[in-house]
Amino acid sequence: MKREQAVTNALAAPAPLRIRFGRALTRYRWFYLMMVPGLLYYLVYHYVPMGGLLIAFKDYNLSKGIWGSEWVGFKHFRTIFDSPYFYEIMRNTVVLSVYRIVFNMLPDVLLALMLNEVRKLWFKKIIQTVTYGPYFLSWVIVYGLTFAFLAQDSGIVNYYIREFGGTPINFLANNDLFRTILVSTDIWKNTGFGAIIYLAALATINQELYEAAVVDGAGRWRQLWHVTLPGIRDVFILLLILRIGSILDAGFDQVYIFLNARVYEVGDIIDTWVFRRGLEQLEFSVAIAMNLFKSVIGFTLVIGANKLAKRFGGSGIW
Amino acid sequence: MSRIAYKTTSDRIADAVIYALLTIFGLLTLFPLYFVFVMSVTPYSEVMRNGGFVLFPSAFTTEAFEAIFSSRTVPQALRITVFVTLVGTLLNLIVTTLLAYPLSKKFIPGRNAVLLAIVFTMLFSGGLIPLYLVVRATGLMNTVWSLMIPGLVSTFNLLIMKTYFENLPTEVEEAAKVDGCGDVRTLASIVLPLSAPIMATLGLFYGVGHWNNYFAGIMYLSDKKLYPIQVVLRNMIQTPNVSQELSISNPMLLQTLPPETIKMATVVVAILPVLAIYPFLQRFFIKGMLLGAVKG
Repeated sequence: MKREQAVTNALAAPAPLRIRFGRALTRYRWFYLMMVPGLLYYLVYHYVPMGGLLIAFKDYNLSKGIWGSEWVGFKHFRTIFDSPYFYEIMRNTVVLSVYRIVFNMLPDVLLALMLNEVRKLWFKKIIQTVTYGPYFLSWVIVYGLTFAFLAQDSGIVNYYIREFGGTPINFLANNDLFRTILVSTDIWKNTGFGAIIYLAALATINQELYEAAVVDGAGRWRQLWHVTLPGIRDVFILLLILRIGSILDAGFDQVYIFLNARVYEVGDIIDTWVFRRGLEQLEFSVAIAMNLFKSVIGFTLVIGANKLAKRFGGSGIW
Repeated sequence: MSRIAYKTTSDRIADAVIYALLTIFGLLTLFPLYFVFVMSVTPYSEVMRNGGFVLFPSAFTTEAFEAIFSSRTVPQALRITVFVTLVGTLLNLIVTTLLAYPLSKKFIPGRNAVLLAIVFTMLFSGGLIPLYLVVRATGLMNTVWSLMIPGLVSTFNLLIMKTYFENLPTEVEEAAKVDGCGDVRTLASIVLPLSAPIMATLGLFYGVGHWNNYFAGIMYLSDKKLYPIQVVLRNMIQTPNVSQELSISNPMLLQTLPPETIKMATVVVAILPVLAIYPFLQRFFIKGMLLGAVKG
């Protein structure tokens, strides 16, 4: 009876829809065909890996494969939460992220504000082109540059320290300096590019506001305070909220390249830990469990951040 | 344009401070690049004589570059990287365009569902290790394709391109349709010629991405012959024994050269193509960036 009902339903109700869809398929067949390679890509390299997260709940064994491996429930999650490194890498991740928010957003705004005050176009252009250049260099190259300055034996800074009778410092393996080095190289690499978005916001400020301010007797500082800063406030808040939303991403690319065993204590973040545990020690299940934990928290934070951004700026990202 | 009719003394001081700070910031940005360049072309004897770094070297040598180009490792890595950058970027642009164009048409049934599924991948992902397992399973390990296929479409770039297509005037496309162009023909001969700015922008982003790619190399490759330049560079920076890393055919070259000079020369080789290209494309990408920024 139930089954007959289902068959009748299938024949009766969805039929118009199916026909409509069929017609669309023929009519727009070229459009659909164009999308095939892209959709296949998303399916295989984005959605199949999501399915791979199931491994977090299994004792995964490469030779047995995903389906052959045994279910173990939350065993790997318990391993993670019970261990002392969990606290350490969580702390490192969040601390580094917060450092990045504070020490990257402010230089971006500052550079944009200064460039905005420049009236000589050629000067503005040169400074802009120069400052966003490093954005296009890889972290490996930035590491190479850092190495040239700070390496213990061959770095130029230590060369001069020795020259003046000091003891060389192993900057790149120093717990007290590691985060400073990460943040400063990040400023060097990304500030010029980060300023672009604020410059765009500044360009949209109505010039009449400045004229009105001048008429009201506002000097340069008052113009900055009452016209310029409010003009970029929304963009700033939006970016801030979004960055807080992705606080568990502390910059894998950079940290992985700068990291060494002597600074794990201050520099090991979730992503680098997952990489080591998974691909170097081949403990897939534990690494994926950690990754899943991070993804779920991250997802929640981003969704929350976007809601918040909508409430503040009205637009959000989607 | 002049916002301030009269310049007071304090305005002049403020201007001077701003110009000075910006100049300093610009020089600080340039200095590390200048430094590696000078280190790579200064003869070692001059470095020794002056005790360390020389701001304006009196002599110029290309020994270090000769050494790395006479090795097997660096030219091989450059060949791989150039291949991956050219072919990879082309594939990126083709697949991104083919996906973005239909998605820019609001009348296509199923469009919203597809968009939702794609945007979702920006928020949630399987992460590093499941992706690694998929790359293994699809047989890309230890092939140059592992450097291209897993990053075939960047969702961010896709959305920028979709927005660009949506903002194109629909009249031209409709006119083409009336004249008997099919969808594919319209894309190829009407839409693409109008899309030079976005292609240049995204081509730059994708291209620089390929040139700078390091992780795909260390994750998916164990065959040293396939290492892209960034992986070779990182291995070289970290090793004290540069000549072994380079597998150089003429070891005599290295005896007169300190390893640091070789390392710096390799950094320069990895930097130059990028720095040579981006200033020419900047007028495109600022526009492209802003387009993306307004949306995002």
